[in-house]
Formats: sequence, structure tokens, C-alpha cells
Amino acid sequence: MSTKLYLGTRKGLLEAVRGSNGWEISRMSFLGVQVPMLLPDARDGTLYAAVDHGHFGTKFHASRDGGATWEERACPTYPPKPDDYVEVVNPMSLEPTPWTLKKIWALEAGASDGELWCGTIPGGLFHSTDHGTSWRLVESLWNHPDRAKWFGGGADWPGIHSILVDPRDRRRLLLAVSCAGLWESRDGGESWQNIGQGLRAEFMPPDQAGDPGIQDPHRIAWAPSNPDTIWMQHHNGIFHSADGGKNWREITNAAPSAFGFAVAVHPHDPQTAWFVPGIKDETRVACDGALCVMRTRDGGATWEQLRTGLPQQHAYHLVYRHCLDVTGDGQTLAFGSTTGSVWISDNGGDSWQRLSSDLPPIYCARFG
Amino acid sequence: MPSIEFTANLAHQTTAPKCSVLGETVRDCLQAVFAQYPALRGYVLDDQNAIRQHVVVFVDGTAIRDRRTQSDAVRPDSELFVMQALSGG
Repeated sequence: MSTKLYLGTRKGLLEAVRGSNGWEISRMSFLGVQVPMLLPDARDGTLYAAVDHGHFGTKFHASRDGGATWEERACPTYPPKPDDYVEVVNPMSLEPTPWTLKKIWALEAGASDGELWCGTIPGGLFHSTDHGTSWRLVESLWNHPDRAKWFGGGADWPGIHSILVDPRDRRRLLLAVSCAGLWESRDGGESWQNIGQGLRAEFMPPDQAGDPGIQDPHRIAWAPSNPDTIWMQHHNGIFHSADGGKNWREITNAAPSAFGFAVAVHPHDPQTAWFVPGIKDETRVACDGALCVMRTRDGGATWEQLRTGLPQQHAYHLVYRHCLDVTGDGQTLAFGSTTGSVWISDNGGDSWQRLSSDLPPIYCARFG
Repeated sequence: MPSIEFTANLAHQTTAPKCSVLGETVRDCLQAVFAQYPALRGYVLDDQNAIRQHVVVFVDGTAIRDRRTQSDAVRPDSELFVMQALSGG
């Protein structure tokens, strides 16, 4: 049973612990600094944090004692831009996509001890084999000719926000990119294929709506017990794949809304997934001012609206893509909102308790 | 020797003391400081060695022109200040 919850926020990294009186916030690190991404690495207990100083850029830190003390490690950096480089132009803005780190947007453990994968805006994937002491840009993806089709969704530039590492074969990687759909590697990142038949992009002209390379997956998640079953919260819907992401079917009966950012999957039951719905696109708040979590336990055939303990009047919370997590037993969930509230459920989402309503905007929530 | 001073806000994050350094350009001066305090580099320069978007460097009260390669000249008695830009960040 997880006893710690880490929150990356607009104003620092918070730790909450489960004690005899329930969950309590116990520590703040990096006060005043944005923490867009963190990773409690279960393999060796290291806690990693990407911190964004705004003026002074993004830095990468690690703690070997759960956040009591930190040391700065190397930050993923783009190598020098070649003099003969032909600019990759954002097809929407027609501006060159920057060759420099804008944001660390994904961080996951790899196969071997100390191996890490890091997704960024403007679309570079980075790889470390030494606990973040050094990083290498994965040039096979950065130099892929189809990157010329990538564009930003919400952000100005494209970004890798989801990285799944197949526990059965850790050379298989699956990335979700806003906006460039899904990218799969079966050889540890040496080569990449854009996959995702059946996805639908409402924001493109009809004849391009089915193009796998222009999709806007907001987040993908799978159960480690069955990585062939994948759930996706997409910009304009919820999608489900039963074959490792090759083919997708749209789930059209999710209520109150199929719009949102976050998704979590039960670690031992791939048919059970949670989403946090909102009013789509231009509004981006809880539906009807009433916050709920949607849960399916049958692969999307039916849905429950979980509202016990969540505010049901004048609630304008939005939950970002990295702000919903579930523990390894599938029982404890937590999510945090742009308006600084965090809720925790110890019964699979049946009921929720608010940890706090006084926090900075939440960017990332992960159990450790 | 030119002097170089950093915004106090940097001292909260990394070592950034006031220094006197040898150099004929802003780049020379910055590199001399970075040689002594390597961790400071990434807080002032981006990964392409340009001045970070929301950092500004003044030489004798004037913001430098060449943010990409910092070729602006400095005099032996110049005073350099590395500040946060109010442009954002």
C-alpha cells in the first residue's frame, strides 16, 4: 500500500503521507519554483524532479531520501544545432520548431537500473542510463522525416507527454505526442513507427481526421498486467485499443463528457479505467459546475459517475493530464486540479476526501 | 578587470558570486565565470549557448545586443549585471 503522494505544482513539490490520521501534507521542496514533472522510481527509491525556474530554465534534481535533500543532476539538453540544419516548420504556425528544451513533460523508468526516458516540448525524447547523470537526445525520432507534421496542441510546440515501457519487453516503447499521435518503437528507440488506426481528430478537415500522425492524445495509460489494452483520453473523445495501440475504437457513451486530460487504469484489471471529465475545449471546467470522476469496469460498455466527496456546486476545477494516479493495488487514487485542490480515494473512487483546497495549481500527481 | 554580478535570485538556486574576470567580450567574461562555477552556465545560457529568453545582461547600464553569441565588447573597467528580464518567465 502506497504511503506517499508527491505533487508537482506551480509553486514547488509537495509530499503527502498516509499516517494514522489519514493523509497529510508533510513537506514542500523547491518553494516558488514550478515542478511540471516528477518520478518516484520504485526500483531504487530515487525521487526525480524536473523544476522550471522560468527565467533560469528547466533543471533536473534527484533525491535519495524521499525529498529531504536534493542534488542537481544533468538536465536533458538538445545538442548543438548543425549549421546545415534545415528547419522543421510547425505546419500550423509556419514557424520553425525550436531546437531547445522548453519543458520536461514526461519522465518514466526504463528497463535497466538507472535507465530513464524523458519526453519534452518541443518534441525531443531523451534517454539516460545513469540515473539522470547524463542524457542523450534520441535522434532516430528527432530526425524522423514525419516530425515535420508535428504541431502543438494547447502549447505552441509539439510535446511528448506519455511514455509507456512494456514490462514484457522493455525494448518496446509507446509514446503519445500532442499533436503527432502515437509512436511505437520495438527496438529500444532505434526506430519508430506512427500507429493508431481508428483515431479521429475533430479539429482537422474531414479528409484528414483519420490520419494517425495528426492526432491529439491527451494521455495514454495501460495496465502493466496487460499492455495490449490501452486507454486514451483524446482531445475529442475516449478511445480504447485491445491490440497494443494499432487499432482503436471510440467510446461514445461516456457521460457527462468525453473531454478531459487524465486517465488511469487499474494495474490488475485493464477493463477498469478512470477519467476526470470536463466541458470540452474552449471552456475547460467541470461539467455543470459539479466535479466527478468517471469509472468503467467493463472496458467502456458502462460508466459510473463518482461524485461522493467531490464538490457539486460552482466547482470549476480542471485536472491536467499528469494529475491522476492510482496505486499498485488499484484501490487508492488521487487527483489534483488547476485550482489547487487534491482529492484522495481509498476505495477505488467510490468516495473521495479532499487533502487540501489551498494548494498551487497541480501539474503532476504520483504515488511513491 | 571587468566585474560581473548576478541577480540575488540566482543565489537561491546555485552558486553565483560577484566576480572580477578577464575578457574583451561578454562571452569571454561569462565563460570565465562558468569555468569557475560550471553549474551556473545552464541558469544563464540555454542549451544552444544563447542567453536564456528571460535573462538579460547589462554592460555599463546597456542591455547587450548579441544574445546568441554574446560578442558585445567590454572595457577593462566595465560592470556587467546578469538580471531576470521582466519579459516573463
